[in-house]
Amino acid sequence: MKRLLEWQIAAVRAIKVETPRVKTFTLALPAWSPHRAGQHYDLRLTAPDGYQAQRSYSIASGPEKTGEIDLTIERLEDGEVSSYMHDVLVVGDQVELRGPIGGYFVWEAGQSNPLLLIAGGSGVVPLMAMIRHRSAVGSTVPTRLLYSSRTFEDIIYRQELEKLSNARSGLEVFHTLTRSQPLDWVGYARRIDLHMLEDVAKPLGDDFRAFICGPTPLVEAAANGLVSLGVPADRVRTERFGPTGGA
Amino acid sequence: MSETFTSRGFFGKHRQDGPAERVPPGQYITSDFPVLSAGPTPYTPQDQWSFEINGLVKKSLRWTWAEFLKLPSRHYTVDIHCVTKWSKLDTEWEGISVDTLLESAGVDPKAEYLVAFCDGGYTTNMSLREVTGGKAFVGYRYAGSPLAPEHGGPARLVVPQLYFWKSAKWVRGLTLLEKDAPGFWETLGYNNHGDPWKEERYRGD
Repeated sequence: MKRLLEWQIAAVRAIKVETPRVKTFTLALPAWSPHRAGQHYDLRLTAPDGYQAQRSYSIASGPEKTGEIDLTIERLEDGEVSSYMHDVLVVGDQVELRGPIGGYFVWEAGQSNPLLLIAGGSGVVPLMAMIRHRSAVGSTVPTRLLYSSRTFEDIIYRQELEKLSNARSGLEVFHTLTRSQPLDWVGYARRIDLHMLEDVAKPLGDDFRAFICGPTPLVEAAANGLVSLGVPADRVRTERFGPTGGA
Repeated sequence: MSETFTSRGFFGKHRQDGPAERVPPGQYITSDFPVLSAGPTPYTPQDQWSFEINGLVKKSLRWTWAEFLKLPSRHYTVDIHCVTKWSKLDTEWEGISVDTLLESAGVDPKAEYLVAFCDGGYTTNMSLREVTGGKAFVGYRYAGSPLAPEHGGPARLVVPQLYFWKSAKWVRGLTLLEKDAPGFWETLGYNNHGDPWKEERYRGD
């Protein structure tokens, strides 16, 4: 039977270092099709003897960037695929991809409800696709990103987020740094908790939609926290990260 | 075409992590137990929990939590395979065989399919054949402890021969049907059947 989602061979067009452990790979797709912000691609590596490894990676770019996608990938200690991507892959190499995949953790700019985005670490990637999509189409839907990182250096897309949120666009970004903070840090400095959620969510009113992505403990804390603040569970969509997710 | 593609400099350092005959194509072995779900974890108090068998059965049945625990249970050791590529070998469960639940209700001969329904609104569908003959159970203990909420507790359906999204978390019952009725992920681009050995991940696979 013919697969609806065919594997295609994508060329690595650019590699950008985002943080000490995170890189963005720009991949040119011969059969690119527009994705919905929040979707992912499957990436497959094949060894000379036919052994294959696959992983799913969220798309970081918006659908307005045609012909190619950005995948932002964190290098996991001992990660078979992420360590290859970080340590071996160079511009001009090829990888196999199929997608876009996923129809639930997605946001389209036509939706007019205010948006609460909550990210932990590289969980910001699919939310960045939403932010870029929102910005590319000129949406002014009130949007707040609450983004938890370990240290200042670990913040992915920091400058772009700063730029986008300074443009009177209705986007506001709130950082929390859980491990260490610069001397002049004015953002939050603790794990996401109920008070922080209330602070950030309140100005959005009571009709917002929430997207939460990150490691399981953060997603559990944020999703359960919103529900306990009275947010209906069906307005909270979650995506959790596999390899480091809970016990 | 893609059969001849190789990734420059890739040799695969984790290929010996599990016995090849137990690791389906495209999967890797993990030792922890990742959590995936589309929304917040539901917390239903035990006195409000029940499990139902309904639809095409001779008699619809409903058990309270206390009644459910009195049904004959079994210990299971199974390998599980998530569509997000991780597999976990030799997971240990205690639960009630779906056969036991269906026998109590009496299956209408017209029933061919079922939909599992859950707290939080999640659903998943499969053929009745996938859950009978000792192939599936409703698990409520994992690795010797009550099943944790983020893993689907108080009880989840476990259908180990299919990708793990079929093993519905927070399951509250099964509805038996004459015709197939695609569930949550099955209507959002994932495969209707979900056999990991055939790599039936997405629609059309």
